Order: sequence, then C-alpha cells, then structure tokens
Amino acid sequence: MNQTAPALGKDLIGLEPLSREQILAILDTAEPFKEISERRIKKVPVLRGKTIVNLFFEASTRTRVSFEFAENRLSADTVNIAAAQSSVSKGETLVDTARNLEAMRIDMVVMRHGSSGAARFLAERIPSNVVNAGDGSHEHPTQGLLDMLTIRDHMGRIEGLKVCIVGDVLHSRVARSNIFGLLKLGAQVAVCGPPTLVPRNVCSLGVEVFTRVEDAIQWADVLNILRLQLERMEAGYVPSLREYNRIWGISRARLEKAPGDILVLHPGPMNRGVEIDSDVADGPQSVILNQVTNGVAVRMAVLYLLAGGQPERAEAAKQGGEA
Amino acid sequence: MSVKILLRGGRVVDPSQQMDAVADVLVMDGEVAQVGKDLAGPEDAKVLECAGLVVTPGLIDVHVHLREPGGEHKETIASGARAAAAGGFTAVCAMPNTEPPIDDPAAVGFVAAEGRRAGAARVYPVGCISSGRKGERLALVGEMVEAGAVAITDDGSPVMNSGLMRLALLYAQAFDIPVVDHPEDLSLSGKGHMNAGLVATRLGLPGKPNAAEDIHIVRDLLLAELTGGHIHLQHVSTSFGVESIRQAKARGVRVSAEATPHHLILTEEAVEGYRTEAKMNPPLRTAGDRDAVRAGLADGTLDTLATDHAPHHYDEKEAAFTDAPNGIVGLETALGLILTHAVGGGIIDLPTMVERMSCTPARTFHLPGGTLAPGSVGDVTAFDPEAEWTVDPARFHSKSRNTPFGGWKLKGVVRWTVVRGKVVFEG
Repeated sequence: MNQTAPALGKDLIGLEPLSREQILAILDTAEPFKEISERRIKKVPVLRGKTIVNLFFEASTRTRVSFEFAENRLSADTVNIAAAQSSVSKGETLVDTARNLEAMRIDMVVMRHGSSGAARFLAERIPSNVVNAGDGSHEHPTQGLLDMLTIRDHMGRIEGLKVCIVGDVLHSRVARSNIFGLLKLGAQVAVCGPPTLVPRNVCSLGVEVFTRVEDAIQWADVLNILRLQLERMEAGYVPSLREYNRIWGISRARLEKAPGDILVLHPGPMNRGVEIDSDVADGPQSVILNQVTNGVAVRMAVLYLLAGGQPERAEAAKQGGEA
Repeated sequence: MSVKILLRGGRVVDPSQQMDAVADVLVMDGEVAQVGKDLAGPEDAKVLECAGLVVTPGLIDVHVHLREPGGEHKETIASGARAAAAGGFTAVCAMPNTEPPIDDPAAVGFVAAEGRRAGAARVYPVGCISSGRKGERLALVGEMVEAGAVAITDDGSPVMNSGLMRLALLYAQAFDIPVVDHPEDLSLSGKGHMNAGLVATRLGLPGKPNAAEDIHIVRDLLLAELTGGHIHLQHVSTSFGVESIRQAKARGVRVSAEATPHHLILTEEAVEGYRTEAKMNPPLRTAGDRDAVRAGLADGTLDTLATDHAPHHYDEKEAAFTDAPNGIVGLETALGLILTHAVGGGIIDLPTMVERMSCTPARTFHLPGGTLAPGSVGDVTAFDPEAEWTVDPARFHSKSRNTPFGGWKLKGVVRWTVVRGKVVFEG
C-alpha cells in the first residue's frame, strides 16, 4: 500500500464534505481511466481480489450499469442486490442488511437508497468503503463528478463558468451534488425552476435563483437540466407536464436567444418534450452521451482512490499494478 | 403507622407562598404539616438532611408519553413513573396516544390504576378529545373525567378539524379541564422530517415550516377566544407562536403554553449528520426561534416547562432519518438541563423555574400540589443544585435511551422525591 495520505477518506458520501483538492484529484484520476473503456480488451487488474456489493434499494439502470462496468473493468468481483425498498422496510432493517453483507467479508458497498442520509448511516456502521450512488434528495456525488468532468472536457475549465441547474431542485440529489462541487471548483452556480420546486433558502448556499428560464439562458454558459419526475406533477407541484414544458422546458428556440453557445447536460433518463426538447437533446450543444461515457471513468477513479490508490499512480496502476 | 418526614435545613423555594429561605419542611400523613425554621419534628420522623439542597413543591410534568398500553417495549406506566421520580417529578400527565388510545373511561381507569400500582410519581391520565383519536367526534369526555382524566388531547396528532376543536373547547368547560393541543397544520408539515431551514435544504430532507405551527396556534387562540374555553398549547417552538400567545394573553384569552428543555437549548444544527436522536416534532428550529422560546419562558408567555418525554426503542431510532420516529426522552434530564442552561444561563431564576415546573402546571391542570402550604399534598422535591453529573443514558430508569444529551455535563442532582409523604426516589 501507499505511504502518502489517501486522497479520499473511507467513503464517498457527498461532495459537500470534500475539499477542492479532493474533487480535483478524482477528476484528474478519471482522465487516465477513460482510455480503458476504449481498448479492445477493457480490463485492468487494479481491483483484483476486491469484492464489491452494488446495493440498490431504488430502481436504477444507468447508474447501476455504470458502476458495474467500472467495477468489472477494474477486475473487482461484484454482486448486485436489487432490494425493493418496500420489502426491506417490512422486514430486514438497513443496518441488518449491512451487517449481513459485512459478515461475508466484502470490501466496498455501492448503495442507492430512497432516504436522505442512508449512505452516511451505512458508512458509520460498517468498516467497508461506502460509495453513495444516490440517497434520497441529498447527494449523488458520482453524478456531480461526471457532470464536472464533462464540463471541463468541453469548456477547458470550471473556474469562472456560469452553470445553471434547471428543474426540480427541491427533490434533486443531482442538484445538491452539482451545487456543492461546482462552487468548490470556483464556478458561478444558479438554479432555475418553478418556485414550488426550488427551496426558498437555496440562495444561502451561494447560488443565484432564476424563476424565468429565459433569464437563466441569457446568463448561463452551461445548463444542467434535471429530470421532472411524473410524481411531482401528481403531487401538485406543477399543474401539468405540458405547462412545465411551455414555461421551463429547454427548446431550440429558447437556446437560440442565448448570447453564445450553451453547453447542455442532463443526468438522464430524459423526458423528451417535458424538461428538454428532442432537438436540444440530439443537437450539437448536447453532451449528454459524453456524460454517460465519463460516468464509467469517474466511478473507476472513485473506486480506485477509495481502495487506497494515489492519483499520480493511476497510470501505473492501469498497467498491471494493484491499488 | 403514619410516615413522618422532616426535610431539614434546605433552601425552600415555594413561589406559591413567595417563599425562598432556609427552612424545614415537615410532611405527615401524606400532607405538608409545617414549614418553618428549626422545626421540632416528632421524634419518630425520618430526617432528611437538606443543608445545601433546594427543597421545592414536587415537580409536575404535564406532557409525557408512557406508551402503555401497546408500546411496552418503549416504556410502561411503571417504568415511566419511576423515571419521573428519578428526575425529581412527583406527578406526570400521561398522553393518550397509546394503542389502543385512551378514549373511554375504562382505559382512563387502567392508566390511573397502573399509575397507583407503580408507587412512584403520580400518573394522571389524559383522555382523547376525539373517539379513537380520529379527529371526528368528541370522545366520552365527561365519563373520562369521572374516571380520573385531568385534561383532553389528541396529542401525537393535532385536531385538524376546527369545528371539532370549537366543540371540545365548549364542552370541556362543563368539567373545568384544559383542552390540550399539539399545534401543527398537517397540510403544511405532513411530509416534513425536520425544520424547514438551511440544514434541511443541505441535507435534502423535507422540512416543516414554522407557518405550520403558527397557523395552528393562531387558530387555537381564536377558538379559545370564541368559546371562552381553556386551550393548553404544547411544546411551542416558533417565535411567531410565542408572540401570538403573548398577545392573546394580553387580551385575556384563556391560554397556557409549554416550553420544552430541548427547544430552549438546541437548534436545527443538532440534526446535522442525520442524528435521529435530535428528530422530534415540532422540530428543533433556528437560533431566533430558540431565543423567542427563552424570552417566552422568562416573561411567562410560556408558563409551563414540560418534557414531551417520548421514549422509543433503540432500534427504532437506529434507522435512516426519514424512517426514524419523532421524540426524545426527557424526564431524567429535564431538571439538570433547566438548572444548567436556563437558570445557569440566566434565562430564569430558581423561583421562576419552580413556578414553571410545579406551581403553574398544578394550577393549570387543577392538580394537587404545586405548593408547600400546610395542608397541601406531601409531594416534595429536594435536589442539589450544584452537584455535577454526566448524562449516561444507560443509567436511565426509563426503558428507552433516545436522547441527544448523552455525555452532556449538567448541574443539579435529585436527592429525594417525596410523593404522598413517602420517599419514592433517593439519589
């Protein structure tokens, strides 16, 4: 193992507790890992012999598959558990689930859970590394990281950029991880959405608030467009999806009024015709699929660093060394 | 054989008689017989040396959850009565949100009988306002009062139906009991798990805004004014709520109101890190609200200190924040917290503390006690106001350990709790 201090602590729970240096270390470590996915044989022995459990209490395709690819390409042994939240709440408690996994001698847990704070709860109770793959409305740190990596790829920097997060900020873990991470890297951050879905005190976090999406587009270099969950409409936060699209949806016509080219991100899965129109999603300013590609590299970097790897040795580790 | 107790040489603080002086208290036949300097008690009196101690009318907590029937794994009436005595309380009012709820005379009789059987602090049953706590129809209020209920409440839930609350405030006047409400507009707070503030926004937890409590407090005040009934508002936690009660009292509305130790001391920051032991309802709020609760306690707007003792089994709190139940235990930390942080912190003086923890609760709920006047019940608390201790939940007499104050260093140790002229706790 390494003599120098680890780049990350035991767990990755969120971006709020990380320093600017730690976030940059993850992004920089992701760079050399990008190349692995472009090889004919997409496998390096960095995490050989490590056992990782992917514990998903909420349905997920994109994030779960992305973590699995990251783990497999680093040669870890993985187990996937798709625990429907309802059956767990009726029966075994979260802490019992964790202790049972621990009893089987695992090294890492990647968890998604519907309750804010669940990842930290788990991390405080088991010695394994815990990676938060989304906890309630709290954080989704690897999504925030891959968003930042994608922005940096295309804009060459993050510091000084104006990034606006558009949509359901109130319930969004992606929004929180973006806000915490982008501010640490020196970006200006704004949020925009229906006032029913933007917490009134969010400005206290250091972000600007736009109500009209036209104003956000005038201001921003980058838009990160959040998914509008159907259940928000059912709960009455917005009267209809059609109205949401008319007032807050990102359309080509709206983007063309911007003073310059705006980079468009979306964490997926998209509701085409609701928060984003197809001509934007498929248009030249969209980097949505680049985000997905970067997701695998970022997750490899996180797993490598949590396993004790050093950022500067990532390139060497790829060539055959272990973390 | 009648028991005689002489509490000798303590600082007797009894605001009901404007008394704050070193004196002896003689308790005989279950009553206070005499209070005065250098009493020559009967030779067979048991002498409790109280030099350096404070001796007060027994402390009364009008807001506790004893969980029996239905939640005996959290607390029983007996364990709760013992925890109360250990905390210096000679009487508690047991909330009716049990399973099944205390909404008929038989259930009220059960609580009263179990309380007597425990032989510790007195346990006064509080009955439901509505049958089954459903918020639809008045429960058997008159028959419950005959069986021993001292008040009515649907606590655990607010009475959301204003029409029902109006009826309750009218009907209760026939029995001269307070109508006790947990003020919370559920349509505003329903999905919340903590204060709607910056901590909630950062942690991604749904919040309960102050307005949910404020609106309900104002409604209850208006209904008390409309009916002439006596409303008792539980655990007031907002600055606007305190101010509304202050104004209502000034215009003569019959309102009494509680402050809890935790809302006097903690703020929403205690939830940081998703600490379920700081999850309660109403939630811990901002420093501005906490300061308003302190000011309300000081000027008497909040006339009663109550713990909202809410025991939960440890594994119920050992959960993700949104899955954990609300509430903390309070009986065994209240006196130390108040002495250390409210009296020690200069918010109130010692006589005011006794007023808020004994005299006023007795008067508001028409309970015996709250005074050491000769002829009154022999309920007395004696404590050492300077002795220091560290809160160790493992040593609680309560069956539950859920407190955010574990490890806190406090001043104020209970030496004797005397109920009906008998020592029920010796510390």
